Amino acid sequence: MSTVRSIRRPATGFLETLLEGKPRLRTSPPAWVDALRAEAVRRLDALTVPTLHDEAWRFTDISPLTRLWLRPVRSVTDLHAAEIAQFHLEDTATRLIFVDGVYAPHLSSTLTEGGVMVANLTSADTAQAATIEPHLGRHAAFSGNVFAALNTALLQDVAVIVVPRNVTLAAPVHLLFIATQADVASYPRCLLVAESGSSVTLIEDYVALQDGAYFVNPVTEIALADNAHVRHTRVQRDSVKAFHIGDCAVSVGRSSNYQSVSVALGAQISRYNLNVLLAEGAECVVDGLALIAGSQLADTHTSIDHAQPNGISRQLHKCIVGGSAHAVFNGKVMVRPGAQRTDSNQSSRNLLLTGKAQVDTKPQLEIFADDVKCAHGATIGQLDNDEVFYLNSRGLSDSVARSLLTYAFGAEITDRIPVASLKRRLGLRMLEQTGSRP
Amino acid sequence: MIYKDSKPVLEVRGLRATVNGVEILKGLDFTVKSGEVHAIMGPNGSGKSTFAKVLAGHTAYEVTAGSVIFEGRNLFELAPEERARAGVFLAFQYPIEIPGVANSQFLRLAYNTVQAQRGQEELDPLEFDDFVREKMKLLEMSPDFLGRSVNEGFSGGEKKRNEILQMALLDPRLAILDETDSGLDIDALRIVSQGVNRLASRENAIVLVTHYQRLLNYIVPDFVHVMDAGRIIKTGDKSLALELESRGYDWVAADHQAAAVVS
Repeated sequence: MSTVRSIRRPATGFLETLLEGKPRLRTSPPAWVDALRAEAVRRLDALTVPTLHDEAWRFTDISPLTRLWLRPVRSVTDLHAAEIAQFHLEDTATRLIFVDGVYAPHLSSTLTEGGVMVANLTSADTAQAATIEPHLGRHAAFSGNVFAALNTALLQDVAVIVVPRNVTLAAPVHLLFIATQADVASYPRCLLVAESGSSVTLIEDYVALQDGAYFVNPVTEIALADNAHVRHTRVQRDSVKAFHIGDCAVSVGRSSNYQSVSVALGAQISRYNLNVLLAEGAECVVDGLALIAGSQLADTHTSIDHAQPNGISRQLHKCIVGGSAHAVFNGKVMVRPGAQRTDSNQSSRNLLLTGKAQVDTKPQLEIFADDVKCAHGATIGQLDNDEVFYLNSRGLSDSVARSLLTYAFGAEITDRIPVASLKRRLGLRMLEQTGSRP
Repeated sequence: MIYKDSKPVLEVRGLRATVNGVEILKGLDFTVKSGEVHAIMGPNGSGKSTFAKVLAGHTAYEVTAGSVIFEGRNLFELAPEERARAGVFLAFQYPIEIPGVANSQFLRLAYNTVQAQRGQEELDPLEFDDFVREKMKLLEMSPDFLGRSVNEGFSGGEKKRNEILQMALLDPRLAILDETDSGLDIDALRIVSQGVNRLASRENAIVLVTHYQRLLNYIVPDFVHVMDAGRIIKTGDKSLALELESRGYDWVAADHQAAAVVS
């Protein structure tokens, strides 16, 4: 096929082309996985790629993605441990590594003992499959979400983490998704099932070993039963030409606690949809940082759904936008009828480093209960001259002062990452990106 | 202390400055010699803090007339960071909080930047740690302060101690302390004052900007100046501060006006 044709291909053709990868999938052992895929394929028939006319995509034009000539991953890149050593996090014990979306067993270290499972879906035994089935594809709704449907239709390898009742996994689990090929589409999939009273720290990490254009379309589902505790850090550091459109659906059970930090640094266009559903007395902390420059666009859509009473939610989302980059934040907090004594606080804070940088932020509160404590707010600004002056007055040049303050603005989020090695790594990356050197 | 043969550190002549087009400083004259401690007092809005910020180089203030010579150099030819490196130090009335940056990191960065400019030795993190801990003893600061973010969550007293710690590290020729006593309880005031007294030497000069005489019980000034409507209208010794404490500021302005009418 010629390049010209690929450029003119309409968005619907884009989906069809991607689905051409479908017949090549291995049939996975559990039949219900095939049924799930088939259901997603049917749904896709009714869906189209969103445009600027869709309210949820009004600031994020993904037509450059639909003009890409993407192919399915046909040959798996054979990576050696040394080639990915730079991504190794010392304080993690188990790691599942996916290369262009394909599970790489020789690079991974799984864990299957005492009912714990940290492994690829295909290795699940009958009992494990029975645990997984009620969750996979059940939290991330794909009936109206074209990208979640696409991921589900092409679902193959799945990072599965099952933490049984009252088990605490002391060391964080590292899921590493490495992009090694240009012009390919990959569909990472994660499922975390935290049974009641369990506790786990999950790192979802998207990186690249090349700087070409590619498409990553991940979906993550996290289910917390009652009294569970999940700390979830998601880092998107794809190449700056990449397209990254990801979904994460979290269901937080009674009196459970979900803490999330998501950081978007890479990609030409990135979109992250995070939906958190809170049961009675559940608590979530949902923090985010987008640090972008050049002509990057980073769009974060979050929804926190207080479906039942006594829930607590906290959200701090920050964007640092340089060059002519564009950050988008849409944060919805929904308090359903009957969700009394909900306590919610949401804050969107944005730093524009240049005159051409742009941010569109929309914190939204929808309250249908009367006994609630909800607050939200948004600020957009530049570095404070008084702060710069304070640092100047201590001998620091203007550029060092500005870099340090920019770093500090972002560090408020990255400091919340519960994994020291990752926090340090991102700190250094931020210093590089903001140009400071304390 | 006043030394007979001291050289001027700062010479301000006819200084005028505006902020947002409003003139705040209206022809200010002021001279400080090495070794001296000066107090600038005056009512709210008299221009004390503006004067302090103009000396440090805050960009919100525009100098419209007059001159400031710092150690023989035209101060206005220097950017704020160059003034700091040359030895001008301003202790802020409201120190800025910088969440995400460890105090130790910030202090070392400032120290090394200034040291490098002065052609002196920079310290690596371990050397600096020893050095700063020694200085912190001067201000009875717990080593915890090093690990915390710059000024974040510090009490008023802790912020002011952190300011004087920076003064101790940067070893300025001219230290301007802007309302360093505000927000301090009596113990913190004593500790901060003791720190400043220990740092005062024949090689530097200190300018205290304050509303209240209270501070001057602890840091005894050689000169007390009264500022009103953007000018210094009276200068005396430490007894002037006591007189202001008992009589207020109005009489000074009235005397000044009367003198102006007579002349």
